[in-house]
Amino acid sequence: MTGLLYEGADWTFDTIQRVHDEIERIAIGELGLDVYPNQIEVITSEQMLDAYAATGMPIYYSHWSFGKSFVQSEQAYRKGYSGLAYEIVINSSPCISYIMEGNTMTMQTLVIAHAAFGHNHFFKNNYTFRDWTDPNGILDYLVFARSFIASCEERYGVSAVEQVLDAAHALMAQGVNSARRRRRPDLRSEEVRERERRMNDERIYSELWRTLPQGAKPPAARDDSALLRKLLELPQENILYFLEKNAPKLQSWQREILRIVRLMAQYFYPQRLTKIMNEGAATFVHYEIMNRLHKTGRITDGAFLEFLASHTNVVMQPGFREPQFGGLNPYALGFAMMRDIQRACAAPDNEDRTWMPDIAGCGDPMGALRNIWANYRDESFILQYLSPKVIRDFRLFHVVDDPDEATLLVESIHDERGYARVRSALARSCELSHSEPLIEVHSVDLAGDRKLILRHKLLDRGFLDEGEARKVLRYVAMLWGYDVLLQEVDSDGRVVKEHVAANPA
Amino acid sequence: MQLIDKRLNPSGKSLPNRQRFLRRARAIIRKAVSDASASRSIRELEEGGAIVIPATGIEEPHFRRGSFGLRDQVFPGNEEFLEGDRIPRPPGGGPSGRGSDPGRGSGEDQFSIVLSADEFLDFFLEDLELPHLERRKLATMKAEGVRRAGFATQGSPANLAITRTMRNALARRMALSRPRPEEIAALERELEDGERTGAPELDLAALRERVSELRRRLKMIPYIDPIDIRYRRFEETPRPIAQAAMFCLMDVSGSMTEHMKDLAKRFFMLLYVFLNKRYEHVEVVFIRHTDEAREVDEQTFFHSRETGGTRVSTAFREMMRIVAERYQVDDWNIYAAQASDGDNERADNYETVELLSKQVLPVCQYFAYIEVGEPGREVGMSSLWKNYKNIGEEEPAMRRVATREEIYPVFRELFQRQPVGAIP
Repeated sequence: MTGLLYEGADWTFDTIQRVHDEIERIAIGELGLDVYPNQIEVITSEQMLDAYAATGMPIYYSHWSFGKSFVQSEQAYRKGYSGLAYEIVINSSPCISYIMEGNTMTMQTLVIAHAAFGHNHFFKNNYTFRDWTDPNGILDYLVFARSFIASCEERYGVSAVEQVLDAAHALMAQGVNSARRRRRPDLRSEEVRERERRMNDERIYSELWRTLPQGAKPPAARDDSALLRKLLELPQENILYFLEKNAPKLQSWQREILRIVRLMAQYFYPQRLTKIMNEGAATFVHYEIMNRLHKTGRITDGAFLEFLASHTNVVMQPGFREPQFGGLNPYALGFAMMRDIQRACAAPDNEDRTWMPDIAGCGDPMGALRNIWANYRDESFILQYLSPKVIRDFRLFHVVDDPDEATLLVESIHDERGYARVRSALARSCELSHSEPLIEVHSVDLAGDRKLILRHKLLDRGFLDEGEARKVLRYVAMLWGYDVLLQEVDSDGRVVKEHVAANPA
Repeated sequence: MQLIDKRLNPSGKSLPNRQRFLRRARAIIRKAVSDASASRSIRELEEGGAIVIPATGIEEPHFRRGSFGLRDQVFPGNEEFLEGDRIPRPPGGGPSGRGSDPGRGSGEDQFSIVLSADEFLDFFLEDLELPHLERRKLATMKAEGVRRAGFATQGSPANLAITRTMRNALARRMALSRPRPEEIAALERELEDGERTGAPELDLAALRERVSELRRRLKMIPYIDPIDIRYRRFEETPRPIAQAAMFCLMDVSGSMTEHMKDLAKRFFMLLYVFLNKRYEHVEVVFIRHTDEAREVDEQTFFHSRETGGTRVSTAFREMMRIVAERYQVDDWNIYAAQASDGDNERADNYETVELLSKQVLPVCQYFAYIEVGEPGREVGMSSLWKNYKNIGEEEPAMRRVATREEIYPVFRELFQRQPVGAIP
């Protein structure tokens, strides 16, 4: 079929269907993408605001913090500080993309290419998403989570549930096993497992046990702390998991709530690992598709110009001195790197052959990109594929800020000596441990007062924010039921600072 | 692909979460609202709008690095730096990136939130939900009303519940299988036919037997039995009066300055907002007086000047006349607020107090007297104040106001007052 897919700015369900089919043909037939079935939902701007508030998910349990973020984004939107996203896409199968009714047809085309095919392919193929998320089960699990939390609110009161959720949310960043590759989660069976756990509790409950005389305590155990550490799986970086399994005083419904929050943290975890790649891939896909649509005469020149205008806005990278500067733009960097890889595959120069020997001149850019999208995350992706050309184009430079020095040091710039160092510095800064503190459960004083000991491993002498840490520790103490101690430990293993929270009960 | 039109789905999915948030932030919002209302004009009170609240109690803490130690970062847009260059540490922001994370940290100390007019007023008036008012029971004035209250087996024929009665009868007839007249008629026709055509006597006898049996049942089981009959039952119930009349009494003699009138106006409007929130229907009566009193419209009340003496009793008399004429105590909750600079003709004092304590106070749900003054001018005991104080136990709520900012606190105090008030 040839000829224009649509004309003018207005969209209809027919044109969206037509455009989607054509994009699908290009994406799957020509680019070789592999996607979950698509579900595209047209929503109003108000519904978009709603979706924003609940982390973008179509269903979510109730909590005041979502109301707070709703109030914030509503405010920003009404005052015109920020526009709404053109689209939200959910890592689920079928892959749900929201598009706004106010968009022009060209924007809808762009969004379908970007979200329904770019992100969708990435969700389905990238290893972090495959390892940490279960797109088949997520929507059912959210339904379960919402109704479970609602039923807890009915049984135990809104404020009791809110307390547990507050505490769990504060620990969300410490709710993921980052290193261990787990078996693929199966969220569908979660509801069944919750029921089984509860039924097991009921089954093994016997009134008789209560009537047994509480005899003398068995003699104090020998020092088997090594065994205990093994049983408790210490040290444990996943604090939510540790509390869910081991906190002595929690009720089973409270453990289940911790589990829900933990599984949600795990579900969102890959998105934090692949910001640059995910956006880069999606932006690259929409750019390719829009170009092909225009080249084959399926969209008008006007539509193509409209697309270019908004595309350029998205991939703009202001320099560090400019007032709009807000850090590296993941869309810009990701897109530039994807385009660079495409170029190196098709028409490499000598530099590319030195820096990216495995793909330079391979002649199959899409194959190389698909492979990269599947097997890397931001940190490894940059370490491997940030080429001197992109470093030059972005004029990247690496600054070291040592608080003991009066001035900042420019460590490396975009020159022959600096490429490799800029590259590894940028890769390092994409590590989550670079931006977020590394805290783990170190030990529990089981022989004494059951104090829980957490450890923060200092990175480059950066201490925790004291006020925030105190508040979070109070939550930990509430969940743990006994006192909590947080030690900040330097690289030699010396404790340099301590925070304490007493059990509030 | 599945294309779904969700636009018609209800929006506002986040409203429950927003409600939760407001509930959580209730205390701080209330304080912010009362601070904000001090700076707003009364008219704006009813408009809602943005207020800024501190983020205490609604923060979401996380473990994060506070003091960064050694930090290295990569930035785009290098123009002049070479490797090894030393650059001065920029004051916040810039390459050190300290200000690059506005979503957290200091950005959360303040939080701006838009309240709808209703929410604003709710918070505004929440303060005033006070023990004193509850004791007086805002809407206690009751009128008797009748209300349906189900069915009874006895009652006056006028209240016969026909549908219910017929339903009972039908159920009973079905339960006892009362034959229907058509059934008997059909059998009789059959019998007649049989007799005419000379059917076998045996059959005819059986038919006759059946007909007479049915007739017997028909007679035994009445169409409507006394036990079927139901009457509509009515109950007398007290019904709260949902309407209030608010009397604004003001001295407009020459001694009242524009400033004083402005203060009075603010107080009246506050009272109006307060009552409007609680009653379905509020009527406002403006009575101004010099040495004679007249009911006027709002414009005249606040803006025209008059000269003459001051006789408060005339205003009370006018008010009682209007109450008797239009606002029967049985049907209306009556509120009155009097604003004055405290002057009254000496000869009138006795009558004023008599009228107030014997007639006005008994009909009022609440009577407030505010004495307006000029800021910074110390006033001694005015004659009205002295006399009102002498009323004793039943004395009206009284306050002095000299500046605009005092209005709201005074309003609040008045409504917070303990039954036997200690007045400064």
